[in-house]
Amino acid sequence: MTDLTAMPAVGGSQSRSLFLRGERTRRRHMAESRFRAIGLAAVIFGILVLVGLLGSILANGVSSFRQTYIALDVYLDPAKLDKAGDRDPEALRKLTTFTYQPLIKTAVEGLIEEKGISVDGLGGKDVEGIISKEAPAELRHFVLAHPSRIGETVKFELLADGRIDGYYKGRVTMETAKLDRNVSPEQLMLADELKAAGVLTTRFNWSFFTAPDASDTRPEAAGLGVAILGSIYMMLIVLVLSLPIGVAASIYLEEFAPQNRLTDIIEVNIANLAAVPSIVFGILGLAVFINYVGLPQSAPIVGGLVLTLMTLPTIIIATRAALKAVPPSIREAALGVGASKMQSTFHHVLPLAAPGILTGAIIGLAQALGETAPLLLIGMVAFVREFPAAPPGGFFDPASALPVQVYNWTQRGDPAFIERASGAIIVLLVFLIIMNLGAIFLRRRFERRW
Amino acid sequence: MTPGILTIIVLVLTMAGYILGRRRALAVAKRDGVRLHSLPGHYGQAVALFTAVPALLLMGAWLFLQPLLIENQISSQIPDSVIPEGGARSLVMADVRRIAGGLDRLVEAGSFGEDDLSSMRADFTSVRGRLAEVGVALGSDVAPAVFDAAESYRGIANTSSLLRNAAVLATALGFGFLALRRIRPTLRARNVSETFIRSLLIGSSLVAILTTFGIVASLLFETIHFFRLYPARDFFFSTVWNPQFRGGSDLGILPLLWGTFYVSLVALLLAVPIGLMIAVYLAEYSGKALRSFAKPAIEILAGIPTIVYGLFALITVGPFLRDWIAQPLGLGSSSSSVLTAGLVMGIMLIPFVSSLSDDVINAVPQAMRDGSYGLGATQSETIMRVIMPAALPGIVGAILLAASRAIGETMIVVMGAGAAARLGLNPLEAMTTVTVKIVSQLTGDTEFASPETLVAFALGLTLFVFTLGLNILALYIVRKYREQYE
Repeated sequence: MTDLTAMPAVGGSQSRSLFLRGERTRRRHMAESRFRAIGLAAVIFGILVLVGLLGSILANGVSSFRQTYIALDVYLDPAKLDKAGDRDPEALRKLTTFTYQPLIKTAVEGLIEEKGISVDGLGGKDVEGIISKEAPAELRHFVLAHPSRIGETVKFELLADGRIDGYYKGRVTMETAKLDRNVSPEQLMLADELKAAGVLTTRFNWSFFTAPDASDTRPEAAGLGVAILGSIYMMLIVLVLSLPIGVAASIYLEEFAPQNRLTDIIEVNIANLAAVPSIVFGILGLAVFINYVGLPQSAPIVGGLVLTLMTLPTIIIATRAALKAVPPSIREAALGVGASKMQSTFHHVLPLAAPGILTGAIIGLAQALGETAPLLLIGMVAFVREFPAAPPGGFFDPASALPVQVYNWTQRGDPAFIERASGAIIVLLVFLIIMNLGAIFLRRRFERRW
Repeated sequence: MTPGILTIIVLVLTMAGYILGRRRALAVAKRDGVRLHSLPGHYGQAVALFTAVPALLLMGAWLFLQPLLIENQISSQIPDSVIPEGGARSLVMADVRRIAGGLDRLVEAGSFGEDDLSSMRADFTSVRGRLAEVGVALGSDVAPAVFDAAESYRGIANTSSLLRNAAVLATALGFGFLALRRIRPTLRARNVSETFIRSLLIGSSLVAILTTFGIVASLLFETIHFFRLYPARDFFFSTVWNPQFRGGSDLGILPLLWGTFYVSLVALLLAVPIGLMIAVYLAEYSGKALRSFAKPAIEILAGIPTIVYGLFALITVGPFLRDWIAQPLGLGSSSSSVLTAGLVMGIMLIPFVSSLSDDVINAVPQAMRDGSYGLGATQSETIMRVIMPAALPGIVGAILLAASRAIGETMIVVMGAGAAARLGLNPLEAMTTVTVKIVSQLTGDTEFASPETLVAFALGLTLFVFTLGLNILALYIVRKYREQYE
């Protein structure tokens, strides 16, 4: 302790006080607070980016959950639909949607007259143009289902054209309409009048969740039905295959495997598979499942198998961690009362590790649900309008998947599809949030600390 | 009988096997008046396993091999004269399969008797019409020999299915019966069934190896195929990428590699500093409250599917960069660009870098920090001069893993980077990457055996080798680092 007092003044001639900061200390402290500020800025940047990302998707997509409809009384003219007058279903089926188009035109003209609306410069084509091109198909569908109602006037809630819909969502304005070949300002004025008359309404868009995809020119009719069903089918396949195989593999590696070359190779393999780019799995699916085994393209079975192989490493890693977390005393106690190794594992260790395993499985499934690239290669981008049949046959029918549907819509010309794609992303994210909340709930509720 | 029904039958047999096995074990023990070696359930389990597993394995193998064997046989039946000029045998085989499927559906629908099939050749046109009814549209140039092949394809496929059903059921019953016969009180049923289960467990863990094998085999096989059609030298060293539908394409990988490298570089330049600073701040500075909020929030970024990032690049970042930077500076007019894809990919990688580095920084022993503070260093000096050097190998490993993710990332570049293969330096221009081209070459309607399609496999192999190399290097560095402190 005595040498403290004997210490000479540091830094030469400059007088130093503990209460006065020297130049160098000041600089070091400046550097310190600068460093700290940069760190804080990085954290804030990360959070802002998250907010920006989600905000941009939400801002673009929320409007897709609402849709503009026009209530229209359509006279199902027997002179046009059923010239023979015998309501023969065969003959009705032969009529294409072109036959129904004039009915809609007449109906809209009638509606305008009835409400006493007049818009200057409204052309003949403009009038029927405010109704979606999907509407004739809707009418045809109705007539085929209820042939007896031909000759009556039936009230329909028909989709408004995508541009009219866009007008009420701020995507289309009078200025852009002047430049747009597909819509005219007169049509927008007409739509405003119809809205004032209470015929044109905007309401919640259920068909976005149930309808199949629609063609390039009718974004207003496009829905996620087939994609959601396809994704559910694939998730079923992934769950049924990857959970048992993954758990079995982890049990072997964690509980039984001797330390040898084979075990080493397997472990390195799993670690590497977890880092293989997803698109490579798509190539594998294309080469093996489609070209070699001959499974059909765009089928949920192929997607499910590919995603299973991708999910396996995730599940194996999570399961091994969960098994490792079960203390050895449990195993020893079981062995001590005469259980075999297999019994101690299956009767005691596995149930205790189950919450962790399920959490891992859910997280793996959530990853698989959002995976896009491999599905592009196995033909899931195809335009699919038919719903796949019920499983197991439906596993082999063409279907789409949620993320692929998003990609598909972004590749189309009409800007209304961007809104749809963002809406589909919101649906996808809601599914993911539900799954992750489930995982968190499982972890909180059942996880044990030893 | 479809495979599905067959599986159900086997499962029913399995259940029956369990019940019978258990009952027989009890009965035998009672008759002989001895104690069973194992619990009665173990005897049932053994019988059930012997019934189900060999039969289901056989079915799986059969389903896998059957198409291959049949194709070979039929393919040799098709005379060369039927194969169109410049076309491939595989296309004719696809027709054969389609026709066979259509005929099956016709017979199923009942509109077509088996004897109609034999007169098929005589009445060619009506067959075409009827096939069209069930959704199999045929081109006009399908030769009668193809129909013959389709007919014998159906024949062989049907016989083979029959054989399969018989073989699977016989296996299930045979093994089940054998297992049942073997039951006696001294049989160590627990050991038998446990050995069996253990081999199933081993089998499951081999799936990982099989997957790797499948990946390598399919990539290698088709790549060799590609190099037979297209010189490897041009592929690796040509600077022009210009695929043509009618052949004569230039398929040089260099512009694609450059695009991949450039986009990844931009991404890493964004992700590494920010990710590292986040990790440092959260590990060393932030209070508990901020950490418990910020860490999960940033990790959410890692859980968001890449398609979401792709859409973000397409509708927000791309147009923003174009309207505010590229066009005012006169550097480009495309909304998809290297910078768009790179920035968005960088955002995706931030949580990846930060959470990996966070682990590494936390693993640095507290004693090293205390030593540094004791010498009078400020916190930032401790971080920069003590913690970072100590954590460096782990951080390098994290960066390499992030780089491998960046190289293999597909959706962001597909939607953000563009499709023009270009060797340029301007980051506001559209460029393309290896993954983009894999997608575009394999999603078109091109003929499978052409070099334009097969090149995707060579690209895939290149990608696989690169990412695998980076991963192995990263794991090696991380492992080596771990040895120092544990």
